[in-house]
Amino acid sequence: MENLSYDLLTALPEIILLGMGMLVLIVDLFLKQSNRIAIYSLSQLALLMAAYVTFSTHAPGVGYAFTGAFVDDAMADILKLMIYLGTSLIFVYTRNYIQLRDMFRGEFYALVLFAVVGMMIMVSGQSMLTLYIGLELLSLSLYALVAFDRDNARATEAAMKYFVLGALASGMLLYGMSMIYGITGSLNLADISNALLSTPKTNSVVILGLVFIVSGLAFKLGAVPFQMWVPDVYEGSPTAVTMIITSVPKLAAFAFVIRMLAQGLQTMAVDWQQMLLVMAVLSIIIGNVTAIAQTNLKRMLAYSTISHIGFVLLGLMSASINGFASALFYISSYVLMSLAGFGIILLLTRKGFEADKLDDLKGLNQRSPWIAFLMLIVMFSMAGVPPTLGFYAKFAVLQAALQAGFLWIVVFAVLMAVIGAFYYLRIIKLMYFDEPVDKHPIQAPRDMRAVLSVNAFALLFLGLMPQGLMSLCAYAIMRSLS
Amino acid sequence: MLEYFLQHILSFSIWLPIAFGVAVLFTADDNKPCLTRWLALAGSIASFLVTIPLYTHFNFADGGFQFQERFLWIASFNINYHLGADGLAVPLILLTSFTTVIVVLSAWEVIEKRVAQYMASFLIMSGLMIGVFSALDAIFYYVFWEAMLIPMFLIIGIWGGPNRVYATVKFFLYTLLGSLLMLVAFIYMYHQTGSFAITDYYQMPMTLNVQILVFLAFFAAFAVKIPMWPVHTWLPDAHVEAPTGGSVVLAAIALKLGGYSFLRFAMPIAPDAAHYLSGLMIALSLIAIVYIALVALVQKDMKKLIAYSSISHMGFVTLGFFIFNNLGLEGAIVQMISHGFISAAMFLCVGVLYDRVHSRQIEAYGGVANTMPMFAAFVVLFAMANSGLPGTSGFVGEFMVILGAIQVNFWYAFLASFTLIFGAAYTLWMVKRVFYGEVANENVAALKDLNKREFLILAILAILVLAVGIYPEPLTNVTNATVNQLLTHLSHSKLPAGF
Repeated sequence: MENLSYDLLTALPEIILLGMGMLVLIVDLFLKQSNRIAIYSLSQLALLMAAYVTFSTHAPGVGYAFTGAFVDDAMADILKLMIYLGTSLIFVYTRNYIQLRDMFRGEFYALVLFAVVGMMIMVSGQSMLTLYIGLELLSLSLYALVAFDRDNARATEAAMKYFVLGALASGMLLYGMSMIYGITGSLNLADISNALLSTPKTNSVVILGLVFIVSGLAFKLGAVPFQMWVPDVYEGSPTAVTMIITSVPKLAAFAFVIRMLAQGLQTMAVDWQQMLLVMAVLSIIIGNVTAIAQTNLKRMLAYSTISHIGFVLLGLMSASINGFASALFYISSYVLMSLAGFGIILLLTRKGFEADKLDDLKGLNQRSPWIAFLMLIVMFSMAGVPPTLGFYAKFAVLQAALQAGFLWIVVFAVLMAVIGAFYYLRIIKLMYFDEPVDKHPIQAPRDMRAVLSVNAFALLFLGLMPQGLMSLCAYAIMRSLS
Repeated sequence: MLEYFLQHILSFSIWLPIAFGVAVLFTADDNKPCLTRWLALAGSIASFLVTIPLYTHFNFADGGFQFQERFLWIASFNINYHLGADGLAVPLILLTSFTTVIVVLSAWEVIEKRVAQYMASFLIMSGLMIGVFSALDAIFYYVFWEAMLIPMFLIIGIWGGPNRVYATVKFFLYTLLGSLLMLVAFIYMYHQTGSFAITDYYQMPMTLNVQILVFLAFFAAFAVKIPMWPVHTWLPDAHVEAPTGGSVVLAAIALKLGGYSFLRFAMPIAPDAAHYLSGLMIALSLIAIVYIALVALVQKDMKKLIAYSSISHMGFVTLGFFIFNNLGLEGAIVQMISHGFISAAMFLCVGVLYDRVHSRQIEAYGGVANTMPMFAAFVVLFAMANSGLPGTSGFVGEFMVILGAIQVNFWYAFLASFTLIFGAAYTLWMVKRVFYGEVANENVAALKDLNKREFLILAILAILVLAVGIYPEPLTNVTNATVNQLLTHLSHSKLPAGF
């Protein structure tokens, strides 16, 4: 009984969010459309409560619950706090958009909260089964969210594509897990790691299992050669949902990779290092080069995401504490950047106007110098130009890869970053050098403008003072992996 | 109070113009640009005054870094906020803050759209460039170096000529490519020494192969910036499309960043590679001097002609670096400063004509001296300086470099001095076609001579060009100790024992 109360206490944030998600669904039944803003407040409150619990129960040690299937360590706590923050920003940015498109319903908020619970379980998963359950909860919520605007044919198509390919990836992941389970006889990551120590390195079942797991993960991350779904889903989904897919779930996917590869399969590091290396290189090439040809802003950002994932893999591939910490730093910077970027796109939308073409940004500097400047910061940050956060993200990953001895890979990544700079510059060119086509005034709620400004300026501020975030990431990785 | 100021003078020099730049942004109102202009002028003058004590309180006998400031900035990677200036940096910092005043003045009535953003870009860029000249931590330096691209990108792109987008993107990507390779070199050296301090890199032993790779990484970054042949092709495009102020800053300061960085990084960090590759570097410099001078001769666009002339003159600078003697090095530094004044003046002169007639083509003019006699007098002075006439600043630097080159190899000096003739040819021929002869068309006939503001700008520059030409000692006094120290450092091999 004592054990059970400890277990429940450890998983309290998840329980709170799950409960609040259900509460949202029930309360929603009794609300009229005009009062529905209460749902929004309730969801924000849920995140705040979960954040409070996670923050106040944080301990420097590692605690295991549910017979070792669930872990509460520094990495879990920090990633969860980042996820709450990101989701809270998403709620602020998307509110106006979904209100104007008849998507402002309880289900939207409940699904996002369930997705958050899924992410949290992934972040805390210490057994292959927990990780998988978390991933599925996240994925199913996202599939539903993509199709949320149900009369939109493109969104429905995107949801179908996302679902079919996502299910395939889950299948591969599960298949790989079953092979590892067959060899090691355990689902628990620590036990797997121990069991693999005595397994010969050339055992083909283990290697095959690893290949399936890495492929499944690559699918979820959207790394080349498993990136096909990314541009279509990004383009087809309502922008509010694209923003959700592209941001916080990446943090959970990162945690999944760390748990699975660095904790469970660390003895196989030499093997997965090579796979990640190939995927990193391909993602950086394909992401950057293909992005140049895009005319749709969301599609361009999809390819940009692929190249960012390539850089994250470059950090992970270094397979050292330094490399993992850099990758975490990169992915958290990326989430902050993509939230700001999509936030600005959402800011420019109106009823019946999606602002998702590159040309829709033309002359933004003349329409609103302030918003153009925010987008300027985001774009230079994505391109990795100092003094923005994006520069330190790239810097951290590159130095980790160089420390691991991959000099020429680093030189290659740097050359690709120049190609990447080109399409970010094009957006700045459209905003600053061209004359506006669209003369409508920009209407957006004041709180959204304010939060968005803080978000974009955080990129600049963290670019001047990156130490705090760097230390946080290093702390998370060190406490959890060593 | 004064103590505190002198201890943090470099920080003030960097952040004051940036703070003013941000303040200027908040005055954005194109209907009432007066406030913006005066605030920008006040900011640039204040920033210039702040840098003057760098000269007056400089210890001329000390070749090392003075006015140092240092505290830990990013502990994870041992990156420091580390500033300091030596005899090499001080003249360039003064040149930067001075040029900013000139640029603000030159834009006064000319820039009418988005005045606040224009002025702010230049003020912020001024601070960033001073940062490049005074940073002593590699990453800190790199941040300034890259950040500078952002305002320059906007300046060319927003206020530039018809082909501005192509020019500015080319400028940005060219520079970014070079600098990223330099970043890889910095990270490599960080993993070897555990530090990003430039002075630690000076002491770090490296094998010749490593030195060559490091040197080439730096070369990629700096040769593009200077620019050396054959990576110079961005410069004519950028210059031609940039607004006058942009051209002035590019020519007067941005090009010097490359030259300065060669002396700060590439040569002292990899001295053996610098010696090993000096033949190649000298060859590239001579090609720039001779070939680019010939290219300048056939230009039809005045700005393009001056742009090519800049590349040719920067060839003297790199030639002076890689002959490894006192005269060459000091001459190169004098040449950098003098070229800062002369090229700024030349671009401003083209700007004066362009504002009136809106053409940069030589053939659109003729006989301008008849309608603008005062202006013509200034132009002739600057043209003479550009072709290296004794008594102007253009002469001192080139003469010193040629003297230095003669000590090494007669033919280097021969080829370099030969170009003085070409230099005179392309500059004076342009002056002849634009200013002398009959009044060519109605546009020229309608020209009005310089107004007070233009006269003031050109007069200040003319005085400086003559002053450096007649009495360069205040300048060489600053650089002397640093140059000697640098040459001593370069003469010691950094190869590890046993190689």
